[in-house]
Amino acid sequence: MDKREDPDAGKVRLSGPGELDDPWQDALASGWAGWEAAGEPAPPVPHARGTAQDGPGEPAVSAADIYLEVQRSPAFQEVRRRYRRFVVPACIAFFTWYVAYVVVATTAPELMARPVAGSVNVALLAGLGQFLSTFLLTWAYARHARLRRDRAALELRWDTQELTRGVER
Amino acid sequence: MSEDHQTLALVLFSAFVAVTLAITTWASRKRHGTAEEFYAGGRLFTPMENGFAIAGDYMSAASFLGIAGLIALYGYDGLLYSVGFLVAWLVVLFLVAELVRNCGRFTLADVVAARMRERPVRIAAGTSSVTVSVLYLVAQMVGAGSLVALLLGGTSGAAQSWTVVGVGALMVVYVSLGGMRATTWIQIVKAVLLMGGAIALTVLVLVRFHGDFNQLLSTAAERSGHGEKFLGPGLKYGGSWTARLDFISLGLALVLGTAGLPHILSRFYTVPTARAARRSVVWSIGLIGTFYLMTVVLGFGAAAIVGSAEVRRSNPAGNTAVSLLSLDLGGGADSTGGTILFAIVAAVAFATILAVVAGITLASSASVAHDLYASLRGRGKPVASGRPVGAGRPVEPERTVESVEEPGQSVEPESVEPDQFVGPGQSVEPEQSVEPVERQVKPRSEVAVARVAAVGIGAVAIGLGLLARDLNVAFLVGLAFAVAASANLPVLLYSLFWRGFTTRGAVWSVYGGLVPALVLVGLSPVVSGSPAAIFPGVDFQVFPLRNPGLVSIPLGFLAGWIGTVTSGESADEARHAETEVRSLTGAGAV
Repeated sequence: MDKREDPDAGKVRLSGPGELDDPWQDALASGWAGWEAAGEPAPPVPHARGTAQDGPGEPAVSAADIYLEVQRSPAFQEVRRRYRRFVVPACIAFFTWYVAYVVVATTAPELMARPVAGSVNVALLAGLGQFLSTFLLTWAYARHARLRRDRAALELRWDTQELTRGVER
Repeated sequence: MSEDHQTLALVLFSAFVAVTLAITTWASRKRHGTAEEFYAGGRLFTPMENGFAIAGDYMSAASFLGIAGLIALYGYDGLLYSVGFLVAWLVVLFLVAELVRNCGRFTLADVVAARMRERPVRIAAGTSSVTVSVLYLVAQMVGAGSLVALLLGGTSGAAQSWTVVGVGALMVVYVSLGGMRATTWIQIVKAVLLMGGAIALTVLVLVRFHGDFNQLLSTAAERSGHGEKFLGPGLKYGGSWTARLDFISLGLALVLGTAGLPHILSRFYTVPTARAARRSVVWSIGLIGTFYLMTVVLGFGAAAIVGSAEVRRSNPAGNTAVSLLSLDLGGGADSTGGTILFAIVAAVAFATILAVVAGITLASSASVAHDLYASLRGRGKPVASGRPVGAGRPVEPERTVESVEEPGQSVEPESVEPDQFVGPGQSVEPEQSVEPVERQVKPRSEVAVARVAAVGIGAVAIGLGLLARDLNVAFLVGLAFAVAASANLPVLLYSLFWRGFTTRGAVWSVYGGLVPALVLVGLSPVVSGSPAAIFPGVDFQVFPLRNPGLVSIPLGFLAGWIGTVTSGESADEARHAETEVRSLTGAGAV
């Protein structure tokens, strides 16, 4: 990785568009390769220190300040917002769906036992629905994270590590 | 069961033991004795490998034999049970896996301690982790003993006891010699065997019914003796309102507990990045979901082919349903096919228990050595207070204990373990540019403690396994999940997501979940006041539910909140910023 020798360590690193600059990206190892293959990466988010006030050789005061600064940067706020905007509704949805399923199954078994087709009844469809929704949400989350978060998070990671490098601890 | 069954099953099982011991030898030859290597296998597993290992860790014999048996006896209610085990993984995937991988090093306590005062938090989280592990471990050990009795017909107490001792000894060997690397490979081998066995049986069941799932269901309902009711909920968890509430409680514990199981959390540290941790979970959700779908077919298949009455006659809890099914599918009790299939099922079940037990032992030895031992040794001095916020690296005050206890140790270069891997952009910096006054515990010595801890935990598990041999310990797995959900999950979520969370809140939320969960079980019909209780003679039962989750999980969250709002100190904003930035970006992750 060239940037380790980069003299302008404090500045923002440019990276090419397209794939993630992730050394661990391993096509063979990526699960559900077929699922993950499709889709375009999300538009990039601004960098953590868009203005890069600190020039090279002028280290920030302390690591604590750097983390606070990164936390307040628009780039980080955007990554966090994207994460929460997926995870919060998804958690509420699956948790409500699961609790409703368990409560109805235990309190209203006659409703669940209503036949639908042949021997298949509401209960069986609801149970399979739980499996299906779990698989779907897993796929949606993995896709969302890969397309909308990974790239920005990785850039923030390198930026933050560049900033904290050499700072007194 | 004839001699043939037993002989073949024992041969297969010996083969598995031989293979796993070979893996252990191989893994221990390559080890360097570092903490990274022992707890996290060098962090170099691929997502697919780790996904199989997670599935291997999670799918216990209780899942394979127990859930299929429940379905064979009670129909739909068994399926209801398995849904909770699967849905739980969404909590892990969304809220825990990546963030924990980014923030921690080896254990749950690492994540919490990163922004709190180190010692009290580590002791609390370490205690609850060990509690969860021991509960789970004893359930597995007792299960191993009764499995031998069930599958091999050895009803004598001696066979059961020797199995418990043998399983315990093997798991100690795996863990203390091979560490995480050997344990992971054992999990992978086991997961492949288990999936293979389940797929083979499922295909045979479906072939028997010419692929007609509808006919499988109607035959199962017919032969169960319950008719249509067999396909709907209520046969096991219906009845009184207490029973229904009890199941809701169990369901909550299952779905929230998985994300707090120490042996599952420690698996995320075996991969290099958070992305890899996410992909491992995606793999494991695929595997676990497929597996539980197959247990549905196997359970209904056992009811349809063997018949519920026959299953119940063989074992009232239904644990032999799959082995009876395999005998029939192979062509009957006296056929070669039946013998082979039966032996395979028995061997897979053994392999399952061994692997799960090894995984839990490793996780609890990590909690003992990395959290409890390191914190308790540092007694007398607030180890981590006043430490500046770490830069780009998880804080490691577990090494900063006083030098008095081991005068031979000094801050010498070899105590700085070089990282197994340094990511690009991650500079290789010595980890110990810290206060010169404090000396360091060598990581090597911590690993030595962990090995000894594994032996100790093995001994405890064997002892408790022998004591509890004749007790009904089926509730222990549910209890382990309930404790994990009440004591571990609240503190983990609060630390990751709540800006104002304080040390006091962290400590309170752990004990505020742990203590009620254990006390409520002590006062429940599981322990006293009912014919099936551990102490049937006495009656101090107050709490009606067998699983405490419904009450203790909210209590854990509540205690954390109360502890935080009443604590004098306010949260350290900078350390919260560090945790948040690191958890979402991976900056400074090891």
